[in-house]
Amino acid sequence: MAADRQYTNVVAVRAREQKQQRIAFVAMLAFFMLGPLVIYPVFLMKVMCFALFACAFNLLLGFTGLLSFGHAMFLGMAGYTAAHAAKVWGFTPELAILAGTAVSSLLGLVSGLIAIRRQGIYFAMITLALAQMVYFFCVQAPFTGGEDGIQAVPRGRLFGVIDLANVRAMYVTVFVIFLGGFLLIYRIIHSPFGQVLKAIRENEPRTVSLGYDADRYKLLAFVLSATLSGVAGATSALVFQLAALNAVYWTMSGEVVLMTLVGGMGTIFGPVVGALVVLAMENYLAQLGAWVTIVQGLVFVVCVLTFRRGIAGELAHYLRRREAAHEKALQATKTS
Amino acid sequence: MSEIFGIPTQALFGQLLIGLINGSFYALLSLGLAVIFGLLNIINFTHGAQYMMGAFCAWFLMTKLGLGYWWALVLAPIIVGATGMVIERLMLARLYKLDHLYGLLLTFGLALIIQGLFRNEYGSTGLPYAMPEALRGAQNLGFMFLPNYRAWVIVFSLAVCLATWFMIEKTKLGSYLRAATENPQLVQAFGINVPRMVTLTYGFGVGLAALAGVMAAPIYSVNPLMGEHLIIVVFAVVVIGGMGSIMGSIITGFVLGLVEGLTKVFYPEASNTVIFIIMAIVLMIRPAGLFGTPK
Repeated sequence: MAADRQYTNVVAVRAREQKQQRIAFVAMLAFFMLGPLVIYPVFLMKVMCFALFACAFNLLLGFTGLLSFGHAMFLGMAGYTAAHAAKVWGFTPELAILAGTAVSSLLGLVSGLIAIRRQGIYFAMITLALAQMVYFFCVQAPFTGGEDGIQAVPRGRLFGVIDLANVRAMYVTVFVIFLGGFLLIYRIIHSPFGQVLKAIRENEPRTVSLGYDADRYKLLAFVLSATLSGVAGATSALVFQLAALNAVYWTMSGEVVLMTLVGGMGTIFGPVVGALVVLAMENYLAQLGAWVTIVQGLVFVVCVLTFRRGIAGELAHYLRRREAAHEKALQATKTS
Repeated sequence: MSEIFGIPTQALFGQLLIGLINGSFYALLSLGLAVIFGLLNIINFTHGAQYMMGAFCAWFLMTKLGLGYWWALVLAPIIVGATGMVIERLMLARLYKLDHLYGLLLTFGLALIIQGLFRNEYGSTGLPYAMPEALRGAQNLGFMFLPNYRAWVIVFSLAVCLATWFMIEKTKLGSYLRAATENPQLVQAFGINVPRMVTLTYGFGVGLAALAGVMAAPIYSVNPLMGEHLIIVVFAVVVIGGMGSIMGSIITGFVLGLVEGLTKVFYPEASNTVIFIIMAIVLMIRPAGLFGTPK
């Protein structure tokens, strides 16, 4: 009997969470669809690119428990490749994005093979070092344009038909890409594969003892995360018509960690909220120069010390606690 | 004997010397990181910023208080180490029960704050710091000129590294430290104040970074961003050496500095990346690092 009740309880909680997620999803859709009416569309496109980047990063940190401090290399290399393909080789936008994505998956495969040989803190240091190597490559390689980057990248015509120089067409394209990436990540997290990733996050030795090859799962998660980061990087290179060094620098890797931390690690919507908050803050502080870095650092410290669940995590925690209290009160009235 | 493999000996030995200088900084910094990691299980991302603070501290002492290099060599590590201990008590101490990644994130945030504040105040051009009187000039070794100050940096940092190794591996204090690294609860049960030891250890590791900063000040200009790139290279050095062994950190630091110097002579394009490439190779062959023990 007791087990039965517990089971129905679990089902009820699950159903409630799904309902909350549906509401959050609709709110997010509404925000990005109606947002351009009041907010500068280029800013919103930037938010969507970085939201996808942060979601891809969160797949690794939040759901597999691997902290990569080098994700900028995927964002940046995909951006350079897409920009080069669109500008020099005359690729159409969808092919340029595909080319950028392919390069970052390949980079993800190579760096993943190296990095997953160590865990925890070492993993973070190794990814950081590999990303710094990629940064130096980009500084020296002739096709990246050094300090100037690749400028005036043509947005081109999508499928040879739709002119992306039109802001509305570009916005819809970015929105579709973001939504596709977001739903793919949602699907990955809720697939059996995603469950194994979570098991690795919770207890790797135990997962191995259950017969799962943890390294293969981690490598696949790393490559998926790199690929989706690449989609974000290639898209943003077309949006801003620019691929520059700052996208491969370690500060960018730190920024995506910050977005995920602020929004909520291991939550579905957290990275999107985090990207919005962090980018809005940077936009607001942009004229203050080095203060942006200082404020970012302060947010890091405050989040780690007092706000570890992040915005989405705290909200979910609050709702869960309220439900629990409600349930308790209901039980109390029933028994009395 | 004026050429080796078509490279003028003067240039070769010059680069090797620079390599050894960089190697001494790598060794001092990775030693500090290893000591901190051993006891606190935290990778101190602020290390580069604290190295920079050491150099700035020397500059402050010189320009504001008129205290020269020798004073700075003693005072800067103490001052910066003290600020480190405050950080440990106020912030890091709250994180020991959590996942180690939070310590990394916190110290990363602190590094951003410290570097941002210094850059706001002093820009990023760099401030000059005069070499001490006693160490100016150079020796003619026959095959090259050896500037006195550079010789001093190599000898002194080697001495500091070896003294640290001796203290940790051969003294009673060091045995407490090693025991606490293995099992802090047990050591605490024997009546040793482990939290205080943790604070002092963090201060000591930070002090080593500051000492490296003071020594770097006369060679490189005092710059808010001087630690930014260095810390990433030192992370790679730490991964290559493995953090299990104190002597391992010292040797890896010096050797990698030399390798970097040699690369500058023979294939300058790769000099920025050679350490990262070595890291990748070492990880493929010996994932635990050259001196590390696989867990």
